[in-house]
Amino acid sequence: MSKTLSEKLWERHLVHEAPGDQDLLYIDMHLVHEVTSPQAFDGLRLANRPVRRPDLTLATADHNVPTIHIDRPIADPVSATQLRALDTNCAAFGIELYPLAHPNQGIVHVIGPELGLTMPGMTVVCGDSHTSTHGAFGALAFGIGTSEVEHVMATQCLPQIRPRTMAITVDGDLQPGVTAKDVILAIIGMIGTGGGIGHIIEYRGSVIRALSMEGRMTICNMSIEAGAKAGMIAPDDTTFAYVEGRKYAPRGVLWERALDDWRTLPTDSAAEFARDVALDGSAIRPHVSWGTNPGQVVPIDGAVPSPESFDDAGAREVAARALTYMGLVPGTPMREIAVDTVFIGSCTNSRIEDLRLAADVVAGRTVKPNVRAMVVPGSMMVRAQAEVEGLDRIFKDAGFEWRAAGCSMCLGMNADKLRAGERCASTSNRNFEGRQGPGGRTHLVSPAVAAATAIAGTFATPSELG
Amino acid sequence: MQPVTRIVGTAAPLDRSDVDTDQIIPASWLKRVERTGFGIGLFSAWRENDPDFVLNRPEFGGAKILIAGPNFGIGSSREHAVWALTDFGFEAVVSPRFGDIFRNNATKTGLVPVVVSEEFGEALLRAVEHDPTLEIMIDVAEGWISAPSVGLESEFTLDEFTRHRLLEGLDDIGLSLRHVDKISAYETGRPAWMPSVDPD
Repeated sequence: MSKTLSEKLWERHLVHEAPGDQDLLYIDMHLVHEVTSPQAFDGLRLANRPVRRPDLTLATADHNVPTIHIDRPIADPVSATQLRALDTNCAAFGIELYPLAHPNQGIVHVIGPELGLTMPGMTVVCGDSHTSTHGAFGALAFGIGTSEVEHVMATQCLPQIRPRTMAITVDGDLQPGVTAKDVILAIIGMIGTGGGIGHIIEYRGSVIRALSMEGRMTICNMSIEAGAKAGMIAPDDTTFAYVEGRKYAPRGVLWERALDDWRTLPTDSAAEFARDVALDGSAIRPHVSWGTNPGQVVPIDGAVPSPESFDDAGAREVAARALTYMGLVPGTPMREIAVDTVFIGSCTNSRIEDLRLAADVVAGRTVKPNVRAMVVPGSMMVRAQAEVEGLDRIFKDAGFEWRAAGCSMCLGMNADKLRAGERCASTSNRNFEGRQGPGGRTHLVSPAVAAATAIAGTFATPSELG
Repeated sequence: MQPVTRIVGTAAPLDRSDVDTDQIIPASWLKRVERTGFGIGLFSAWRENDPDFVLNRPEFGGAKILIAGPNFGIGSSREHAVWALTDFGFEAVVSPRFGDIFRNNATKTGLVPVVVSEEFGEALLRAVEHDPTLEIMIDVAEGWISAPSVGLESEFTLDEFTRHRLLEGLDDIGLSLRHVDKISAYETGRPAWMPSVDPD
């Protein structure tokens, strides 16, 4: 019988299925961080349960770590306590941990792939919704809550309801200056924040095939912003070339066996999806969000929409509320909106390719006076690589702050926050109210637009910089 | 988890769609390592900034059921959102659509996610706004939600496994560990190329 990629992975990982039960899936890799794990470890202690497979578990500190002065004690005592809990818990349960300042430390969804711990055909979970990122490799990867973190620790399995399948096909060729971030923002703008609920999305088509692994990770990362359980892309030669030679990638005969296996994973030609969505990639323009959810986006050539322009009464109300929060007037061209802050970072856009792209835009230019601009590499390995390439100098010479790795201003858990009313062009994934700091105003953009906006002071693409 | 079979009480109407978990419990609360005490953080930004916010209105005090617009609990996987709702006193949330992770998290802690049609959700929301004392009944065993005094009733679906777990108050880790022999057998057949983490 013909099957989709996600159906093949689901069936491969079934440990138990029975009427009246949820499917019990085996988990190949469990990534752990400081924020969603302490209560799970406490649960294990209460029930006197060990971690079943510490060798399939890796922890790092990312959400709540400072990105400056990482060699000094953490100033916030509550954050320090949470990071200490991760140290203690990992030591007690035998889990490998990359703590703050370790050369392998970084955002979980950046370090998994760069270490070769994310590969095609795997199931990957983490107590973080952006675990969908790993689906870029043809893995089945999804975010879980703390009770499920504890469940995986205790059993290496998870009971799950089988999601429906959904294909999003992006054909054509991207115009110059249009990136993976613009593609996923256009998709979320089209299907909405609830459009993917209950589904696993498989991204297909010539635009997706032409993307690098970094670009594919950006796309899959924001699947959750469309409400999807997971996002996936079939593995191909681009995937294999990225994985080969990484720390945990198989070698020799095992590599050949893995390749043979991975080539059987893509969706069969006769397989059908429960839902099909198509976009013309050639028509996608650089996107900017204007509201307080990631479905509220326009092309950068556009203007702030009027709430009256929406058909649905609910959407009109949501738009009006968002505009009030964002301090925007309908009809204002996006290019005339000035920003206070530019943030290049997050699990969506903090990989080496993102930093190269942004550095290329700012090289020889200067950040607009009074704009605070910062680059937060996704991992210490990305940071080290960027420094080898001299990207740090380019950013610093242009007036950017160059930070250490972490989630940073994407969610404002550490000291990197927007102040109330501040407006930010951000390469992150969520423009929710207060996401980057109470009262902060977030506009989601690609690294190229973020870099150009830092120079121009208003939303801009690289091609229009003088 | 305590068994939950039937919820009877008043409701608070949250007439908003796309309520993300960053609103339910802002990130500043996530530094805590405990599982309790999150109620004071529930919707803290909205409660602080809007005196008319539904949870600031005394007529909705003591509500056990939260009625919200579509796409409730989208965004971050933080289970703290569920802990905040239950700690505040909510036992069920009604919405036409929930974020998948939030919905899973809710059922692990015994907060009942009640999925209704948009029409029913809207009608219930208006009825509660009109009469904050309106009594609502949620029958987990039968999968019914009703407000008998205004003639509103609807069925809602829960998968059989989740319903059973809620009704019995079962620890689902214990349920999975019943299959430990199958888990061990599965492990012997995993491909040799699968990675395992080496100690540094």
